[in-house]
Amino acid sequence: MVSDRIDHDAAAGGTAELLLEARGITKRFPGVVANADVSLQLHRGEILALLGENGAGKSTLVKMLFGLYRPDEGEIRIKGEPVTLRSPKDAISRGIGMVHQHFQLVPVMTVAENVVLGAEPCRGRFIDQRRAAAEVRKLSERYGLAVDPAATVEDLPVGTQQRVEIIKALFRGAEILILDEPTAVLTPQETDELLQIMRELAARGVGIIFITHKLREVMAVADRVEVLRGGRVVGSAVPSRTDEAGLASMMVGRTVVLRVDKTPAQPGAVMLRVRSLQVDDDRHQRAVRGLDLEVRAGEIVGVAGVQGNGQRELVEAICGMRPIRSGTVEVDGRDTTSMNAKAVNGLGVAHIPEDREKHGLVGSYTIADDLVLNRFDEEPFARHGLRDFTAIDKQAEQLVQRFDVRTPNIHTETNALSGGNKQKVIVARELSYDAKLVVAAQPTRGVDVGSIEFIHRQLVAERDRGAAVLVVSAELDEILGLSDRVAVMSEGRIVAMLPIEEADRDRIGLLMAGGA
Amino acid sequence: MGIVNALRRLSPDSRNTLVAVLTGLVAAYIAYGIWDFKATAVLGFMVRYSTPLALAAMCGILCERSGVVNIGIEGQMLVGAFVAFFGATWAGIVFGVVAGVVVGALLGAFLAVCAVSWRINQIIAGTVINILAAGVTSFFYRQGRTMKGSMPTWEIPLLKDIPLLGKVFFQNQPLTYLTFAIVIVLQVMLFRTPWGLRTRAVGEHPSAADTVGVNVSLYRYGNVAAGGALAGLAGALLSVEATGTFERGMTSGRGFLALAIMIMGRWRPSLAWAAALFFGLLNGLVNQLNFERVIDVPPQFIGMLPYVLTIVVLATFAGRVRAPAASGQPYTKE
Repeated sequence: MVSDRIDHDAAAGGTAELLLEARGITKRFPGVVANADVSLQLHRGEILALLGENGAGKSTLVKMLFGLYRPDEGEIRIKGEPVTLRSPKDAISRGIGMVHQHFQLVPVMTVAENVVLGAEPCRGRFIDQRRAAAEVRKLSERYGLAVDPAATVEDLPVGTQQRVEIIKALFRGAEILILDEPTAVLTPQETDELLQIMRELAARGVGIIFITHKLREVMAVADRVEVLRGGRVVGSAVPSRTDEAGLASMMVGRTVVLRVDKTPAQPGAVMLRVRSLQVDDDRHQRAVRGLDLEVRAGEIVGVAGVQGNGQRELVEAICGMRPIRSGTVEVDGRDTTSMNAKAVNGLGVAHIPEDREKHGLVGSYTIADDLVLNRFDEEPFARHGLRDFTAIDKQAEQLVQRFDVRTPNIHTETNALSGGNKQKVIVARELSYDAKLVVAAQPTRGVDVGSIEFIHRQLVAERDRGAAVLVVSAELDEILGLSDRVAVMSEGRIVAMLPIEEADRDRIGLLMAGGA
Repeated sequence: MGIVNALRRLSPDSRNTLVAVLTGLVAAYIAYGIWDFKATAVLGFMVRYSTPLALAAMCGILCERSGVVNIGIEGQMLVGAFVAFFGATWAGIVFGVVAGVVVGALLGAFLAVCAVSWRINQIIAGTVINILAAGVTSFFYRQGRTMKGSMPTWEIPLLKDIPLLGKVFFQNQPLTYLTFAIVIVLQVMLFRTPWGLRTRAVGEHPSAADTVGVNVSLYRYGNVAAGGALAGLAGALLSVEATGTFERGMTSGRGFLALAIMIMGRWRPSLAWAAALFFGLLNGLVNQLNFERVIDVPPQFIGMLPYVLTIVVLATFAGRVRAPAASGQPYTKE
């Protein structure tokens, strides 16, 4: 099954063979044009980055290239030949492989089983397990993708699972590899390894389409960039001849300030004090294991860490959403260890939750209602046990304006908003009551660059007003941009607390991975 | 030494199974040495009782391994039993059995339509089958029919002469042998063939299967219909082979018992068979003890035994074993 079609000596660049070409692709969904007249080319040995904000149409485009959607107009050519891709099977048979953002691996099966699924090597009627393992080993050696064919997938770290996905595509003879936001789930070290793997694959003649919104990675690895905005290609660039700011403006359509402008912090009294905290996760495993943390008024502390190292449980414990096994939490000198979420919130703790749909909003409510979700029973929004809609609407009008929520009106269902605007509704609500402590978990996840900039400015404004701000984020750039101090979290503990001046990307990356 | 090494190389699962089987055999032969007639009776009961259960559990395994919960096994069995019996009264036992299997497959296909194409809640779809089966079989039931012919007992040469085991396992009727074969074939197919790998992938992570070109709906349709056929066969075994008659509600909860056995057997054909035999053995023992007045309880309590056992099994195993991850969830392409 391993394809030998890949020409190892193929040179990258303009003279190389044209592998894939899209011409004038248009795709409409009810009410939106997801892609309008998009054209692109991919050559052998080339790494092409598709850069764009959420909703720019990147995913729709690659889904058409992988046969998951069919274009309404336009043409896809593979090696010069026009093709119709009806299903992923068609795409695979034409040498296209895709690594999805959410891995398509069966957790309880082995690496080898996952790789051969759907294209099993057989001896008679039975799967030839030995040959399956040998094929995996061969590919992993040829492309430097270290992985044990007999390992069970669910036991592997995320970075290794991703390698399994790549091997899966190569096993099916992929010469064109589509990577959909591959670095979103990786540690900085794993990201570097992946970029190295991509270079290796390209050097051996694979053409790679790489979807991302992280400019740093584009600069590091791409040969060419196509920038998408509003479903159209708005620009092409060669990374060596542009810079991050240039790409960002192209992506957003206006000049973007990538750095968060802020003055040095002026820390005051300790607002949050966490002592030897122990918290369990949903599966009753200890997730936070003896954690100590202090956040002072007037400073932003960023918690960096690979997802799943207890950050979520820490945040939920502070906000009263999760029982604390042992240890204490104090907010402004008051012990909140056994308080519930409502009581903690009443003390002046604002919470921008990680999962906005689940914990941040009621999607079927109106924006006005969602904006008073944790204040609805208090003056002035309720009087004598009845809601005061005049006060609620007034508050909503003000907040929608101040936080630039793009909506037809305040009585629109929150579900109808885009991700970025939903997040702004939450931020608006949580920053509307002059909290003493702001806990922001993944405050800009799935939010476009313009809104990121805005939310960051608001968090800095809270700090300057004198609030203590705790930011938890999987985006290292966000942590580095916002924080005055960086807490690195690994396996349920704060393993290092660094002033921002001493926090550099490589050092934090190592600490996140559990190294010294 | 060679044997010890070979044992070490076995997976913990196979090792445990081997130990359990050997222990069981030793115990059985000691019992046989003391009370030869009674031991044979108890083990004979075990096989007769466990066979339809094992077959119905295979139906559950086929369905759930590919991601569809089939709570309608009971109804599929009942209709299978009904159709097989009345088919046998009309045109002979072979026709009856085939008709029972076909109707079982149709009911399986009906569940597949509900669960896969219409994405109806699978528990409700299965319950519909059960209610329908009870109603239809009662309504059309006629007393006083007799089958044309009856199932023969086949003795397997040589094997039948093994003391105890020969009588218990190798002097049975055709559908019982067929069940033994089905269990073994299914075990091998599920874990050694491309079909098995794909089926399990469809039940664990359908979109992973879909993105490599495995047709999720097709696999679910095929397996759920095949499962229905096995449930129909289990019903035919009850009416045409085991009792030679049909009674209203004669499956009396065996379809649900089969689900408990499937869970106890961790969705593996061979383990589920072992679980069914274990159920049969306990029931056989209690029956024998009761028959001999060693324990003297009203027959109603004896009748309760399978259901009490089911509750115990579910309470013990259900939380600890891991079901196929996508079982019960309709699959929607993005």
